[in-house]
Amino acid sequence: MTDVRMFDVPGPIDIMWCPGCGNFPILDAIKKALAELDLAPQDVLICSGIGQAAKLNHYVNTHFLHGLHGRSISNATGAKAANPKLVVLDVGGDGDRYAEGGNHIIHTIRRNPDITALVHDNRVYGLTKGQASPTSPMGYISPTTPKGVASLPLNPIALAVSLDASFVAQAFAGDIEETKEILKKAISHKGFSFVNIFQPCVTFNKINTYQWFKENTYYLGDDYDASDRKMALEKAFETDKLPLGVIYVNNRKTFEESLAAYKNSDKPLYDRNILWDKLTKTFERFV
Amino acid sequence: MITLPQANNKDISIVVTGAAGQGIQTVEDILGKVLKRSGLNVFATKEYMSRVRGGNNSTEIRVSSKSVRAFVNRIDLLICLNKGLRNYLKERINNNTVIMGDIEKMGKELAGRGQKFFDVPLLHFAKELGSPLFANVVAAGIITALFDVDMSLLEQYFDERFGTKDKGLVTKNIDAAKKGYEIARELAKDITVKMDHNSEIRKELLLTGSDAVSLGAIAGGCNMIFGYPMSPATGVLSHLSQVAEEFEIVTEQTEDEISAMNMAIGGWYAGGRAMVTTSGGGFDLMSEGLSLVGIGESPMVIHLGQRPGPATGLATRTEQADLNLALYAGHGEFPRAILAPGSIQEAFYMTQHAFNLAARYQVPVFILTDQYLLDSSYNLPAFSCEGLKVEKHIIKTDESYKRYVITEDGVSPRGIPGYGEGLIAFDSNEHGETGRNMDEDPQIRSEMNAKRIRKLKGLEKDSLPPALYGDVDYDVLLIGWGSTKHIIEEAMEEFSRPKTAFLQIRQPFPLHSSTKDYLKRAKVIVDIEGNTTAQMANLIKLLTGIEASHRILTSSGMEITVEELLIKLRCLHV
Repeated sequence: MTDVRMFDVPGPIDIMWCPGCGNFPILDAIKKALAELDLAPQDVLICSGIGQAAKLNHYVNTHFLHGLHGRSISNATGAKAANPKLVVLDVGGDGDRYAEGGNHIIHTIRRNPDITALVHDNRVYGLTKGQASPTSPMGYISPTTPKGVASLPLNPIALAVSLDASFVAQAFAGDIEETKEILKKAISHKGFSFVNIFQPCVTFNKINTYQWFKENTYYLGDDYDASDRKMALEKAFETDKLPLGVIYVNNRKTFEESLAAYKNSDKPLYDRNILWDKLTKTFERFV
Repeated sequence: MITLPQANNKDISIVVTGAAGQGIQTVEDILGKVLKRSGLNVFATKEYMSRVRGGNNSTEIRVSSKSVRAFVNRIDLLICLNKGLRNYLKERINNNTVIMGDIEKMGKELAGRGQKFFDVPLLHFAKELGSPLFANVVAAGIITALFDVDMSLLEQYFDERFGTKDKGLVTKNIDAAKKGYEIARELAKDITVKMDHNSEIRKELLLTGSDAVSLGAIAGGCNMIFGYPMSPATGVLSHLSQVAEEFEIVTEQTEDEISAMNMAIGGWYAGGRAMVTTSGGGFDLMSEGLSLVGIGESPMVIHLGQRPGPATGLATRTEQADLNLALYAGHGEFPRAILAPGSIQEAFYMTQHAFNLAARYQVPVFILTDQYLLDSSYNLPAFSCEGLKVEKHIIKTDESYKRYVITEDGVSPRGIPGYGEGLIAFDSNEHGETGRNMDEDPQIRSEMNAKRIRKLKGLEKDSLPPALYGDVDYDVLLIGWGSTKHIIEEAMEEFSRPKTAFLQIRQPFPLHSSTKDYLKRAKVIVDIEGNTTAQMANLIKLLTGIEASHRILTSSGMEITVEELLIKLRCLHV
């Protein structure tokens, strides 16, 4: 097991989250998960989009690619395809993932790259100061929705399960230990792992607080069969209490495994060289 | 007796027209390969509508004992596979044009046009052979027979194309071609083709601009390609997808252009060499990604195949109106390079070069082509890979590595994850040398911005110089860029005004320093480009202070022809 302090960014760093922010325990859980999986900082790439959640990779000592709002999952896919030996995580908030990045989430689930996508679902836009997000409840009052949100919230778990995502889980930032265990499973899973993490926003979201999440979630039991897709969809539609844990697992071929470039070699692309003779021979096709 | 080439011409211009789905493409392919293999120079360019069936498309094939590489308006021999020719084609028929078609189907459509109409009921013969689709092969057979090409070359062609899949199909196609030969024997009583064959040409390559870009990419060490299908740039994505296993290329047709660009960024970050291929509208969507390339200092290769806009425009036609897009896209300020191949050879070599340039300076490099270049083909000597290198420009890092270290030339040595002990940063936010939080410090921001822009100096030094054709002692200088190169060359030759030269701008940005000197020596500068706002002329004025005195601008959706350019040059009275 790696010393978890290896994942602390050296030197004094200024973490730009509000005191009490749900991002802190998630950060903690991620570092612990990576350490307990015996990974070294050099093994790991954390991509992120834009938002408070997406600042996370500045606070972990690994490779990092801080990309554009909603688009980092594509960065992550490209990076993994260039070097499948990297352990790739992608981090963003509910706005980044479900609004701006909606299209990419859908197709990444279809594509199934072996990366782990974490969504910090706080049901609000924190960095831009409190607007509603796609997971905000109907009627949620915010600066841009003064009469309350009129649209239905998006159901991330239902979306992921309906697309037959390879690994679907839900977690709660308030439980670091359980979240860490879910993350370890997600990262170890071969295929696209999708983890929606409930995260209280202490500054802007006065509805979905730590207390609210504690009272409105429950953990799936040891007898829960995550291979049952119908059951997973049922769980996704539950409204009384929201399910936490590994909800659905579906092992299938990954994107990297399907790539012709890796059919005859598993070397990362930087370690390969051009085949001049082959190219010259290929000109003959045009004679 | 009708003799081809026409008096005063050295080439024969054949146009085959038909509906989408009738196999015009196949005729072009057969004629191109077979005539070339028989020792004749060929040039082919297609123009087609944005539809999969019906309508009216055409392809022009110029055949000559001398090199032919430009689009002409003139039609010497017109073969119609269907009726419903657009006005655009009808207007190209002149008094010498020989027309072949089915008189029953064509009716009075082309009455009074051309020199002579030969009734060749292609569809009737095709149906006899088993399918109306064979009309195109019969037509191809007629033409190759008139050129005195040995039937064995056609047999070889069909065997290559269908031999492994369906031997029956090979036989049927050969039968159709033979029918064409039979018909040609009759036609030969009225039509004679006089053309010298040159055995040297047999070994030459015949390929499109699109193929050249694809091969050039492979030669540049491309091992990743991402794109969303969009005419005219899709061919590059298809070509590389088909050879993905052979050349170990990661290929993906993405859900949209935004994803394509961002995957390419992730790819370079982790050590790949990625290209995206798209057209103007698709590139619009990549603009934000381009700005990420800029601040993150990722290398990037962008193949932008231009077509008429704005918006959907004319999806399958050609234009040169996205120079400004390539120049100014992506918010913020960051360096870039723009290459504009003017020939199929340049499409290969410049694409190859683009990858090394991008890796060397960690900037986006555009390869600006257009539908006309991508869809045209002509024979040329095989590309030489001698002296070509793949420059990776990647360093092995240690624990002290800083991705964005400030350097004199602005280039910070690039590490990648997994190669050495260093941790690799990439940040869309402004950043300090480590890539991490710099407190939004104004001093650091100024230094980083300056460092990135400093890379322009190196790019300027490495810019591809313009190419000068014609009289070195010129007083009239034609300037052009991209696919008009061969057309300008041919028109200039016919123009035959002494002290006239043509300067081909091969790298619009950064502009090579010699460009200004060339321009200064001219008394008259004539700018020729396929757009309405003279984008290149304006760029040259911006960068050199020198203004073109005349502009020949076209934006009809069709490439300017040699004749059209010649008329416009003569009208200038220089």
